[in-house]
Amino acid sequence: MKLITAILKPGKLDDVKEALQASGVAGITVSEASGFGRQGGHTEVYRGAEIKVNLVQKIRLEVLVADNKVDEIVQVIVKTASTGSIGDGKIWTTPVESVVRVRTGETGEAAI
Amino acid sequence: METIALNSGDTAWMLVCCALVFLMTPGLAFFYGGMVRTKSVLNMMMMSMITVGIVSVLWVVFGYELAFGSEANSPWYGGIGFSNLGSRVDELANNGGVYPIPLLVFAAFQLMFAIITPALISGAIADRTKFGAWALFVTLWSTFVYFPVAHWVFAFGNKVGDVVTGTGFLAGKGLEDFAGGTAVHINAGAAGLALALVLGKRVGWRRDSMRPHSLPLVMLGSGLLWFGWFGFNAGSALAANGIAGLALLNTQVAAGAALVGWLAFEKLRNGHSTSLGAASGAVAGLVAITPACAFVDPIGAAAIGVITGVICAWAVELKFKLGFDDSLDVVAVHLFGGIIGSLAVGFVGTSAVNSVGVDGIFYGGGAALLGKQAIGVGLVLAYSFVVTLIIGFVINKTIGFRVNSVDEVEGIDITVHAETAYDMKISSRGGVL
Repeated sequence: MKLITAILKPGKLDDVKEALQASGVAGITVSEASGFGRQGGHTEVYRGAEIKVNLVQKIRLEVLVADNKVDEIVQVIVKTASTGSIGDGKIWTTPVESVVRVRTGETGEAAI
Repeated sequence: METIALNSGDTAWMLVCCALVFLMTPGLAFFYGGMVRTKSVLNMMMMSMITVGIVSVLWVVFGYELAFGSEANSPWYGGIGFSNLGSRVDELANNGGVYPIPLLVFAAFQLMFAIITPALISGAIADRTKFGAWALFVTLWSTFVYFPVAHWVFAFGNKVGDVVTGTGFLAGKGLEDFAGGTAVHINAGAAGLALALVLGKRVGWRRDSMRPHSLPLVMLGSGLLWFGWFGFNAGSALAANGIAGLALLNTQVAAGAALVGWLAFEKLRNGHSTSLGAASGAVAGLVAITPACAFVDPIGAAAIGVITGVICAWAVELKFKLGFDDSLDVVAVHLFGGIIGSLAVGFVGTSAVNSVGVDGIFYGGGAALLGKQAIGVGLVLAYSFVVTLIIGFVINKTIGFRVNSVDEVEGIDITVHAETAYDMKISSRGGVL
């Protein structure tokens, strides 16, 4: 099992979510995130005082998948979330030791 | 002798004006509250609310007497003693002549001015002021600064027959300050500068992002201020008449013109017209027209508004250049706005709109009026600044004026008031899920 973590533009969330559902993904976790990468921040102006906002708002999407589905799901996210501009985000995968479904106590891939 | 009887039309209007001017202080709380960070919005609003509480009581105990009493027959203060308003229910207001409204309505109307003036100062010392120290400051500042200065500017004396006693110094000198450009705005602006110096800069000033947490709250606040300002300015006619109408129209025009002026200036300087600029410009225009509203025609009001919008937008830069943390720009908006409006009367004042007014320089009246205006501006500015420095210094050396830096960084709402303004986390839904 693997955990796919994707940092994405907030405006892409709905597209990615629908694409993942269409690919048979049973569940995702989304949280708000902020950070910096190659994309610079932006500047806001308050009564003439310019404030540089360095940390950019992103969403963090997490999906648990079986090993044989990892490449396919990552490709779905890449295809859906890409706009071709700086700040589209990043995706990484990490190995997952165990998973338990809270309601039934099922473990492993049956719990995904 | 002609007997003046109570007039229900004037009285009804002035009762409404009391409520309108009162609303400005909660409006100010929103205006200021939206401009600070989420961790100090409640404290910011509470500084206005505690001022409502304290000054309301001070007024009926001794404040009204100190500002508008005539027993001492002094140009510098009214009277020292109990206001005793409960014994004067049947009297009509007498301020340089008898008005057909109850004295208690006049007293209530002036109370609302006494409330908002110290509340205006709080914007200069956002995020870092000990609540108890602020409460003490409001008490001392009202007593030693606002009540006497209100007497200088607003007290036209008690007139019986041809004898007038207890006329304020500036009122007697012919200062044209219809609703408080000097007594309210220059007074509060100079005090704000003094307190910003006494308390010092916030932790992280110019390093941390201190952007306003809610511009819609600022817009709400500016709208409430604008609404209440009709009572502030037009109500200062103390009658429902043509002068009140002139003041109301001029108030609207100046606020609109200053809004445009501020937005145009920041569009040219920063490339953006901002909502904070619109709200700030409107308030700056309202400040500047306050002394002038019954002495200029609507074109004069528009000119005052545009000039004020531009100069006040520029004046915000001063705190960065000179290095004082006037957090919410009390100096740029109220001190500068008050000075511009008060001096502008000396240029665009015209007796054509108001028989008791005097012509300014542009209307052939010469520089005499401008000189009187400048004396009023200088005297109130200097007195307020110096006495506020003294009061601030004494409070700082005794009980301390600032919270400690750990509490300030943690957030004054939680450390001082034990409250959090906003709780929108999913985990806070509790049993609902």
